[in-house]
Amino acid sequence: MIELTHEPIDHAALTERVRSTQAGAVVLFLGTVREMTNGQQTIALDYDAYPEMAVAKMEELHTRACDKWPVIEAGIIHRLGHLELGDISVAVAVSCPHRVDAFEAGRFLIDRLKEVVPIWKQENWADGSTEWVHPGVET
Amino acid sequence: MTVSVRLFARARELAGVERLQVDLPAGSTVGDLRQTLGEQTATLRPLVPQLLVAVGTDYATDDMVIPEGSEVACFPPVSGG
Repeated sequence: MIELTHEPIDHAALTERVRSTQAGAVVLFLGTVREMTNGQQTIALDYDAYPEMAVAKMEELHTRACDKWPVIEAGIIHRLGHLELGDISVAVAVSCPHRVDAFEAGRFLIDRLKEVVPIWKQENWADGSTEWVHPGVET
Repeated sequence: MTVSVRLFARARELAGVERLQVDLPAGSTVGDLRQTLGEQTATLRPLVPQLLVAVGTDYATDDMVIPEGSEVACFPPVSGG
């Protein structure tokens, strides 16, 4: 289950979709829009993506997670567009027979997503300025 | 060959367009494309060393030869999540 959406993420529905009678553990990770970053105040975030590649990369990560851990079901939904404080930007849900694998697979999916999936956030700071977030690039 | 390059995020903002057409000799590499982008579009130049290049839906290294007709995208480091 891999999805990009401009609508609010229904994390309860995603969690239900990965639940299984084969699972003893279900882990859900939510990324949410944070107000303060290193003393700077965020008003909102705008997310953009290269959609075809983002979906392909998320599917690759899903396959790798299933190869490495005994994943029963896993789902990743990333939201795009304009998000307000507290909104859910990404949801990752994983079910496994046991909790250690579910936590590790979930962590792998969100950590790698942040490194390789072509999605970008733009900060809308409280002073009215905007700034693309590109790790390692001076602005 | 003419390579149509999709731009995203700050790369799109600096170039002021969503796509750039770049003329390259057949057999050119991703590194050649990178150099030509900087020469052709001055506003992109400061970002060129850090641009990631995708051919199709895979990341490409500078030594990769760009197949004619491939979909190419350039963008700065990602920040999803």
